[in-house]
Amino acid sequence: MIFKKLFLFLFLFPTFIHAQVHQSILDNGMKIFVKEDHRSPVVISQVWYRAGSIDEVNGKTGVAHVLEHMMFKGTKTTKPGEFSEIVAAAGGSENAFTGADYTCYFQRIEKSNLPMVLKMEADRMQNLVILEEEFNKEIQVVMEERRWRTDDKPTSQVNELMQSLAFVSHPYGRPVVGWMNDLENMTYEDALEWYNDWYTPSNAILVVAGDVKADDVFLLAQKYFGPIPAKKIKTRKPQIEAEQTGMRKAIVKAPSKLSYLQMAYKVPALDKNLSKDSKDIYALEVLAGILSNTSAARLNQSLVNEQRIALNAGAGYAMITRGGLSLFEFYATPSEEVSVEQLEIAIKKEIKKIVDQGVTQEELNRIKTSVIASEVYEKDSVFYQAMQIGQLETIGYPHTLMDQYIENVKKVSSSQIQDVAKKYFVDDRLTVVSLDPQPLDPNKKPQGKPHVH
Amino acid sequence: MFIRSLILFFVVFAFPVNAAVNIDSWITDKGARVLFVKNHDLPIIDVEVSFKAGSAYDRLESAGTASLTNHMMLLGSDNLKQEEIINKFTEIGAEIGSGFDQDKSSFSLRTLSEKKQEAFKLFQLVLHKPNFDKDIVEREKQRYISSIRQSDTLPDSIGSKAFMKAMYGDHSYALPSSGFVESVEKINDTDLKSFYDSTYSPKSAVIVIVGDLSKKEATLFANQISHDLPSNKNLQSLKEVKLNQSQTIKIDHPSSQAHLHFGYPIMKRGDKDFFPLYVGNYILGGGGFVSRLTEEVREKKGYVYSVYSYFMPMQEKGPFQIGLQTKKEQIDQAFDLVKKVVKEFIDFGPTEKELVAAKSNMVGGFPLRLDSNKKIMNYISMMAFYNYPLDYLETFSEKVKAVTTEQIKDAFKRRVKLDEFTTVIVGAS
Repeated sequence: MIFKKLFLFLFLFPTFIHAQVHQSILDNGMKIFVKEDHRSPVVISQVWYRAGSIDEVNGKTGVAHVLEHMMFKGTKTTKPGEFSEIVAAAGGSENAFTGADYTCYFQRIEKSNLPMVLKMEADRMQNLVILEEEFNKEIQVVMEERRWRTDDKPTSQVNELMQSLAFVSHPYGRPVVGWMNDLENMTYEDALEWYNDWYTPSNAILVVAGDVKADDVFLLAQKYFGPIPAKKIKTRKPQIEAEQTGMRKAIVKAPSKLSYLQMAYKVPALDKNLSKDSKDIYALEVLAGILSNTSAARLNQSLVNEQRIALNAGAGYAMITRGGLSLFEFYATPSEEVSVEQLEIAIKKEIKKIVDQGVTQEELNRIKTSVIASEVYEKDSVFYQAMQIGQLETIGYPHTLMDQYIENVKKVSSSQIQDVAKKYFVDDRLTVVSLDPQPLDPNKKPQGKPHVH
Repeated sequence: MFIRSLILFFVVFAFPVNAAVNIDSWITDKGARVLFVKNHDLPIIDVEVSFKAGSAYDRLESAGTASLTNHMMLLGSDNLKQEEIINKFTEIGAEIGSGFDQDKSSFSLRTLSEKKQEAFKLFQLVLHKPNFDKDIVEREKQRYISSIRQSDTLPDSIGSKAFMKAMYGDHSYALPSSGFVESVEKINDTDLKSFYDSTYSPKSAVIVIVGDLSKKEATLFANQISHDLPSNKNLQSLKEVKLNQSQTIKIDHPSSQAHLHFGYPIMKRGDKDFFPLYVGNYILGGGGFVSRLTEEVREKKGYVYSVYSYFMPMQEKGPFQIGLQTKKEQIDQAFDLVKKVVKEFIDFGPTEKELVAAKSNMVGGFPLRLDSNKKIMNYISMMAFYNYPLDYLETFSEKVKAVTTEQIKDAFKRRVKLDEFTTVIVGAS
């Protein structure tokens, strides 16, 4: 599962979960986090691995996600699909997702089933069997997934090219699902190598949230994951992105009626050393909200409602990443008869307004109010609470980061927002990719671009 | 990995299994049905108000009216513009949303309980005083038209529109929810206002309230909501669905995958075969990774990322539908396999072992489906809208447990007939 978009969404307004997160670490290095929530007799269990597409190498892109699929194909003592059957028979639901920064496996179960689930997760952490025959079928499934997710969706193609153009040497340039040619040439040995390299307790964390007692979870974790021997993981190369020295632009041609525009400025992510100055980061975070947190936010209000040159418009920023850098993205669909060039100019005008005039106190207040309310609303979802802890800890931030979030958001001022807009929203940091719509019938001539006045 | 869970959304919503929810229900003096669940665990309140005003209440020549009405409700009330309304919600930390399908037009509110007075007032403004500003209507019509044109390039939308049209013929369920370019062009602000006046009445409304407030407060709020809705006594009801001749439609598309839609209208809400069909479908193609379709088409052959089947009971007969996407070169093999699996299931039914596993999932998963206020609200809202008995949740598990393999086999044989299936394949060649 390619979670880039969800990632942006989740962290537009991360909310903080107070000190009720219990924490422990096993001798083999595996970290355990527990968040108690006793409203329903339900438990969420998530095992996170610090292994995502960021750890892949050229020629083997997509292997993190392929391995995620193979994790359901049996161990030394279980058959392919058995894990899923057992969870389903227990009334549970389960799934997994792979992102650039991590891979996560989760179950939602009635609380008495927690030991069973942890036992099976511990089993597939050390005893996975990857049969060539199973692999050869599953890789076909993954290729179908890529066709469905990316190849047949023009806007996904734009996004894929945008990432790979914005990041030249950094692994964030490669699609999480992998390039088709790499998938076509992948073997079961590649999947096995990935598993051996990264699937080990010291590279994993367990998050359990719901109707449990922390001490009980620690005992269960010790029982099932404790005996797994610690294994040294591969040394990671820094893979720092070379400095961008000019605007990058590209076009995707695909069957479509409407065009589509994505613009991304290279910006920093929050430093893992939290004592470092984080003013810029929170200013960018609040700015993303002011630009697009509701239908009345700046981009929609100006481009869609007032100027009527876009059918939709938004912005997003992922402030926490393993890769240490991030993108501040703008995206919009131009109205018919409006060119992507016109829309790009209009978005830059919105940026200039912010650089010149900053934002209003009302806008700042609305963001702060939203953040505080979301903190309460998110308590309604046990899954979300577990997700936050797992994401932060896997990426390399302490989960207590959430405690400082609202305070830091509250401190953001209009002049700080002006500063970051001026500093980062410059052409030399910009990548622009647009969709050039093609007719469905290739024998028809393209409509051509509307005349630009 | 599960787009399936997305598609099954409706079905999962339709089958809750928890007896622990305490529901209060009454009818307001204006005739709106209210369901209320008190829950003080969190200082929040969720509200949903639904009307019998989905796209099935559209007419062919003005298709899109129902959807545009729903859409315009959040784009200006009284003398307040869209951005003023939305910002007022944001300023008190409240969230407003809307939902729309063939049967239903709905509006939801989430607020902190400490802000309930302000939030309720704003929410009423939205429900009671939509201004259908002429200029905004024209703007939104253009957005609708563009998005219709765009959706006519996407294989999934092309397929589902053709599928609904083929299955439902001249029934209003055949109408695409956003209408057609030609029909939307003709709609104006007075059409929307009159659609609102005729369908958003208390008698058409159900009000669901979940969370941190007293019954007294809920009663007052529900009365206020229903009191100022336009009163129309002659509500339109939907036509019965007549079965159309089965069809096979193939549509060219340059996509790399072919998209299959396969099925026909079978079941409406409250159907007497509901439980055997529902439990049976879990085994056939509804149970995520463990269904027969997934096992045969995905796990054994690697043809697809996603294959599914579901019943979508609606006010009138909704479709039983099977769907998949696979690369064009193998669509015939994949489709043949689907037909084989379905035929086998109809002919021989499930095994005892499969039934035990299915029941175990549905009954064992009992608490999971109602573990948050939002989920509770969604289930209860469905129950209220389709007039389900209040003990539906309490008796659900018992009814699932009572289903036998014979009942499933019998129900599928009587109700699911392969020669009635309509087929749409986009990207067939």
